[in-house]
Amino acid sequence: MAGNVDYHTVFGRFVMTEDRIEVMRLREYKQINEQVYTGTLPNGLAVFVVPKPGFHKKYAFFAADYGGIDRRFKHGGRWIDTPAGVAHFLEHKMFDTEDGNALEKLSANGASPNAYTSSDITAYHFECIDKFDENLGILLNFVSIPYFTPESVEKEQGIIAQEIRMVEDDPDYNLYYGLLKALFKHNPLRDSVAGTVESIEKITVKTLFDCHKVFYAPSNMALCVVGDVDPKSVYDIACKALPGEKSDVPLRDYGTPEALAPEITDVSKAMEVSLPVFVAGNKLTPAAPGADTLRLEIISAIALEILCGHSSPLYLRLYAEGQINADFSASFDSAAGVAYTIFGGETRDPHRVYKEVKDEVQRIQASGLDAALFERVKKAAIGSHIRALNSFGVLASGIVEGHFKGFDPFEAPAILFELTLDDVSSFIKDNMIPDNMAISVINPKNEVV
Amino acid sequence: MESGFVHSIDKSEIKNGVSLTCINTIKFKSGCITINLLCELRRDTAAVNTLLPRVLRRGSANFPDMESIIAALDDLYGVRIEPIVRKKGEVHCIGFYIDFPDDRYIPTGESVLEKAIHIAGEILLSPAKQDGTLRNDYVKSEKINLIDDIRAAINDKRGYAVDRLLEEMCSEEAFGISKLGTEEEVLKITAETLTDHYQKILDNSGIEIFYCGSADTARVKTAIETTFKTLPERKDTQVPKTNIIYYPPTDTPRRFTDKLDVSQGKLTIGFRMGDTMKNPDYPALMLFSALYGGSVSSKLFLNVRERLSLCYYASSMIDKHKGIMIVSSGVEFSNFETAFDEILAQLENIKNGDVSEWEFTSAKRYVITSIKSALDRLGGLEELYFDSVIYSIHYDPARLSDMVETATLEQVVSLASGIKTDSVYMLTGE
Repeated sequence: MAGNVDYHTVFGRFVMTEDRIEVMRLREYKQINEQVYTGTLPNGLAVFVVPKPGFHKKYAFFAADYGGIDRRFKHGGRWIDTPAGVAHFLEHKMFDTEDGNALEKLSANGASPNAYTSSDITAYHFECIDKFDENLGILLNFVSIPYFTPESVEKEQGIIAQEIRMVEDDPDYNLYYGLLKALFKHNPLRDSVAGTVESIEKITVKTLFDCHKVFYAPSNMALCVVGDVDPKSVYDIACKALPGEKSDVPLRDYGTPEALAPEITDVSKAMEVSLPVFVAGNKLTPAAPGADTLRLEIISAIALEILCGHSSPLYLRLYAEGQINADFSASFDSAAGVAYTIFGGETRDPHRVYKEVKDEVQRIQASGLDAALFERVKKAAIGSHIRALNSFGVLASGIVEGHFKGFDPFEAPAILFELTLDDVSSFIKDNMIPDNMAISVINPKNEVV
Repeated sequence: MESGFVHSIDKSEIKNGVSLTCINTIKFKSGCITINLLCELRRDTAAVNTLLPRVLRRGSANFPDMESIIAALDDLYGVRIEPIVRKKGEVHCIGFYIDFPDDRYIPTGESVLEKAIHIAGEILLSPAKQDGTLRNDYVKSEKINLIDDIRAAINDKRGYAVDRLLEEMCSEEAFGISKLGTEEEVLKITAETLTDHYQKILDNSGIEIFYCGSADTARVKTAIETTFKTLPERKDTQVPKTNIIYYPPTDTPRRFTDKLDVSQGKLTIGFRMGDTMKNPDYPALMLFSALYGGSVSSKLFLNVRERLSLCYYASSMIDKHKGIMIVSSGVEFSNFETAFDEILAQLENIKNGDVSEWEFTSAKRYVITSIKSALDRLGGLEELYFDSVIYSIHYDPARLSDMVETATLEQVVSLASGIKTDSVYMLTGE
């Protein structure tokens, strides 16, 4: 880094002071000027509050450690299998309440509520200006009190079937699931979070009640509030709104560990797209839950940037040659006990670009990393972490997902600072292995000119 | 408690036809600058306008290629300088979006603002040239990328259905032109014609610069003045005008259909806002939009999606400058007519004043929340002040919130009464 800065005095260790304000503990991150109050309710719910004085909006994010991958779990002493798409179906149905619909109540208060389900979490969130306490109470209530009827479940099957039809026409969706099905043999990541039109037909009122009971237990959930609010009052509202008893965190089964080699190395499909588009994935050795996972995320991001990111010699050459465009990107993901990197974009010749990336991996492994490039990429990554702090949504989801995976995302700049060239070199040497890669391609139905 | 509307504004003329608006706020951890050249949206120049910033971004006199640009930007903690193209009414706004971590959070204490402005100025004003023109290899390769982007519109079926509707409905108006231009127009461009066009734009187009961040206005102004010193003196410039068509050209809605291999159909409907556009009542317009299809408490969301399960999405949006409303929805092919009837029936309900107290209050809260929360986003602040330049009407956000708060249902009904269906577009399976 420029000018031999002592990183510790610059960014500190991120935990400068620890005050107790009754039930919430304050952690301060001086260099990035962030504070987080953290606490745990007697029922096991983790609560985070990030104060944002001077902002009008207030943002609440309430999530369950439950996503598309959590289909087989232990309940009442036995293992239960559920159809694909239950987590997502539940997310749609939770907005129904006995006296109407929570969306309507929140909207009447000017809040913009929404929800999403990913492979590993289900999140409910809203943003509002006024009546925050009341809105938070509504959010906690509708997510924790199930209300399902056979009629409403059947109606929702219609809406979700339309949603599934919509994504089936989305090339990115087909590309992504094409890759996951190629990379993994049996891991539940292979199946769409929303399930299929057929699998959601098997979902009943009972399935929904059972899964809600198991996965929406407060001990399996977390709440994060960002805005100019009183941390203590957030804690109190949560205590009042949620059930008091603490239940166990459910055990899940994602199947036997996967080999690092992909199940299939090459898949393709023809769709209504203008140019061929591809994504390729590289299976990695997963990290242990906790700080190691965050570290793996950060190292992968830097390694990918050096390999084929917009600052890399490879990207710049392929772009100048007209082989790829600015749409080319790379990222890292981990869930259900596996980890992988993914890269790709639009190109007239997916296999040629794929080979170029694999060749670049071998070139870097043979000749070593460019130290100046490593330092630049590190600086840019620090800048992008700082920029990301502007978004309340990114802050809240980062804190909650980090909590579920056992790490503190605000440690990221410190880890970045301490990262060395050797860390990234050994990551590339140990993990970026062409034999552990697969490619998924969507070709246009009509010939490209 | 602070009033909440905390930011200060300073507008200044850097030179003839170059304005700088500084939005000073300490709320954010990064800052942004946009440099906007305001052009007329025209069939024969849309493509060349859009291509220009993309070619300029490839290299300048001192940073001759993308390698040297990205190396300089990464070194400034990942400053981003990206081409932007926006269509606001019939004004084609092209230029650059620049964002950077705020100096207060740079770990080494160095300052990136001036350096970022300097590099952006280089890219805009001192392009890499060869034989007196913009470099031919850059022009050639960005032409291919632009054509690919134009063709890629089909990949997003929802957006495609909106683009196709506007193309058909406004085939005689500039508004029907895509902000990217057409493939045919891109093919005609050469390094010579692009270089001429570049010079013409630099000589004639209004340049609007916006800064949003924590730096002192004086500091930003000095950096911008220094950078734009090399720009030759220019004539007076004006914001291009948008031609508003108040009513549909035909009594019965025009219908357009495309067939593609898709599993879900798209139904998109275009409306003209009517006489209200002669003297727009903006608070009522925003309320109407939220009430009809702009929010989850809207009539379209609650009826077309929630009550009748006809689609996964059904929403409306209004171009407040052009006076056009678009309803966009994704439906089964067999439900096209049912969904169409329901979408129009919900508009009739508003025209008849059939709006519950709850619906009206929700719409008000929704609009006021969106006005205020825009002030909490860098992009939201930039857009607010940029729009006030383009539309030459500026409502102070606090005043606009108050006007929405006191607006009546009668105002909304009166505005809605003039809305007429112009065109219907359907994307169906093969």
